[in-house]
Amino acid sequence: MQHNETGHRPAAASGAGVDTTFIGAFLVIGTVLALIVASKAVDTPMQVHALIFLIAFVLGIIALGAHHFGGAMHDESKYEFGVVKAGVTASMFWGIAGFLVGVIIALQLAFPNILYFDHLPFLNFGRLRPLHTSAVIFAFGGNVLIATSFYVVQRTTRARLWGGLASWFVFWGYNLFIVVAATGYLMGVTESREYAEPEWYADLWLTIVWVVYLLVFLGTLWKRKEPHIYVANWFYLAFIITIAMLHIVNNLSVPVSLVGSKSYSLFAGVQDALTQWWYGHNAVGFFLTAGFLAIMYYFIPKRAERPVYSYRLSIVHFWALIFLYIWAGPHHLHYTALPEWAQTLGMTFSIMLWMPSWGGAINGLMTLSGAWDKIRTDPVIRMMIVSVAFYAMSTFEGPMMSIRAVNSLSHYTDWTIGHVHSGALGWVGYISFGALYCLVPWLWKRKQLYSNALVEWHFWISTIGIVLYITAMWVSGIMQGLMWRAYNEFGFLEFSFVETVEAMHPYYIIRALGGLLFLIGAILMAYNLWRTARGDVRQKELSGALAPAPAE
Amino acid sequence: MFDKHEILEKNSLLLTVGILITVAIGGIVEIAPLFYLESTIEKVEGVRPYSPLELAGRNVYVREGCYVCHSQQVRPLRDEVERYGHYSLAAESMYDHPFQWGSKRSGPDLARVGGKYSDEWHRQHLINPRNLVPESIMPPYAMLDSTPLNTHQIAADLKTNRVVGVPYTDEMIENAEADLAAQVDPFSANYDAFIARYPGAQVRDFDGNPRVITEMDAIIAYLQVLGTMVDFTTYEPEADYR
Repeated sequence: MQHNETGHRPAAASGAGVDTTFIGAFLVIGTVLALIVASKAVDTPMQVHALIFLIAFVLGIIALGAHHFGGAMHDESKYEFGVVKAGVTASMFWGIAGFLVGVIIALQLAFPNILYFDHLPFLNFGRLRPLHTSAVIFAFGGNVLIATSFYVVQRTTRARLWGGLASWFVFWGYNLFIVVAATGYLMGVTESREYAEPEWYADLWLTIVWVVYLLVFLGTLWKRKEPHIYVANWFYLAFIITIAMLHIVNNLSVPVSLVGSKSYSLFAGVQDALTQWWYGHNAVGFFLTAGFLAIMYYFIPKRAERPVYSYRLSIVHFWALIFLYIWAGPHHLHYTALPEWAQTLGMTFSIMLWMPSWGGAINGLMTLSGAWDKIRTDPVIRMMIVSVAFYAMSTFEGPMMSIRAVNSLSHYTDWTIGHVHSGALGWVGYISFGALYCLVPWLWKRKQLYSNALVEWHFWISTIGIVLYITAMWVSGIMQGLMWRAYNEFGFLEFSFVETVEAMHPYYIIRALGGLLFLIGAILMAYNLWRTARGDVRQKELSGALAPAPAE
Repeated sequence: MFDKHEILEKNSLLLTVGILITVAIGGIVEIAPLFYLESTIEKVEGVRPYSPLELAGRNVYVREGCYVCHSQQVRPLRDEVERYGHYSLAAESMYDHPFQWGSKRSGPDLARVGGKYSDEWHRQHLINPRNLVPESIMPPYAMLDSTPLNTHQIAADLKTNRVVGVPYTDEMIENAEADLAAQVDPFSANYDAFIARYPGAQVRDFDGNPRVITEMDAIIAYLQVLGTMVDFTTYEPEADYR
């Protein structure tokens, strides 16, 4: 845990202060609790998890001690970029892991005969699918959000992160949550709430980490040296606050035993369903949208060296988006036992949501006014602009699918999967990749990326992958929806269910291929970023004119 | 109006409070009424809490992530009602902690699968779906057939369900483990008391192996009760127009 890169100046303030004491005391209490639970656990998963917590806490205490007695200095005049670097590295790692699991489960649906094993239940689709969704949303996306928010809030407030080591606690605590969640899925520990599957103790842990995250973020805003809070920070703040609210309410549950992994949700049936989809849709709205819009509002203007297109549009966009999104959940429950008034409210607000979504997309795209040539010359800008284009596309598709009549066809089919991935791969993926391509040279103080040509390759390979993925899912989803409701000339249902499954086989292969291309692109990126961080520049791309880059 | 926004932009606490209020409204308006509007859950006859074995089977269903590919919610559309049966009622999942409505049908809806197939069909299908349905893409669950069900915690499971609102009686909790065993043994002394506690429960050895109560017993018992509780001869949909 190196505090900053140059530790030899006189310390402005002692680092061994309140933060070390608090975190130390917390870790000691955690260690004792983990020991007790590990010794009394009533089921194996709980025992495994208590041991994981125990190891993590002990490592934390050792790291804290090394930090304290290693004489690390705390320099208030410097930014805390170490934790941002760690976040960038973790993002890349989890991204590739999550995309890989995605490719594996896509192949399982295409080739069930080959990829399932009788005696390895933890490799079944039902357990790997939450692993995939959590790895890409929370592990990859979450680390990108933590890393970029810590970078942006410091840069735009001209203040070091508040709370000393607290930001490191957030980083390691969050990644510990990821490890507990992921190992839990493999062992069958789940609350079965989509995108909120981790059990009660993991939820409690995340709550603690998240509150500290909010404090670090707010604390940094409090000591800002700029009078105005920049627009990107509004979005980060809304993301952090709303996720806290959603997480706590949706995970209300009663554990069977304080030393067991199983719990039962507080709500049942219809109330539980709406609470879950209020959460579920706003995990999209605030985790995958508001947070990444913050990235858009900082990195696109910065990279294009242009101001944000419209300040007024930012204000309207922000408040309209966060107000309307929260209402959209019931569109996941059309034609179910949820009362129709709630369905209609959800549909109405989902359609209205189209406007602020496009307002934001326009604000992002038009920021390039006067610098459109950069789409041709800078592949990183191109990636981010295409990302906003995907955002615009999926925020049109979403409101359309929320219309009850359209939803009666699309719901329960692959169309939804295609829709999600046009947003996830196109929007969230590309804006994150763009931010990472910007951040690595900035953080490691390199003049340029190792290779812009590799970024081009990444862009085109993964774009082809995305197009294959979403078109395959559109075709298979709409086809299956139509087959389910097809009648023959005698007035009977034309197809049995399994005939519709059989018909999807070719599209499942195409989808897996699309995912594979996206994964290959990400691997190229990881290689490129790693070489950049090392300080390498590809021979052909040396920018010569200035001081020679540190080629090996 | 846009000038006034400066106040929020210069005060992080006001901004925080503003955000919190803005994002709280939608959820309050949509979710809170579901807890007090009486029309939310229909009045029906026949829905009872799950028997201990069914509940254990439900926990296996949750653990294996079946909800990822199977919905439990028949929509009131002509093709769905003809394919699966009567559309789902809110009352049918009022004791479901958590709900299992699902969001995707990589496999068919299971809301009314109870009684549609034999126990042995389910057993063979779970061991390897492609033995019975060659085109199936479902994973195999052969392990369930050889894994003994953990029955010691079942009373605690019932008790926790009562804490969150399922009307399990003291008697049901006390007899939970015995009731679990009684459901797989049609000749047990506990038969009448069990049926009195869980009217309509199906009692038989579900996995064809009387020597041990397996996870296969539990999940088949759960699948066979799905969608069978409501007495539709007494159900009047007109009473529930809402």
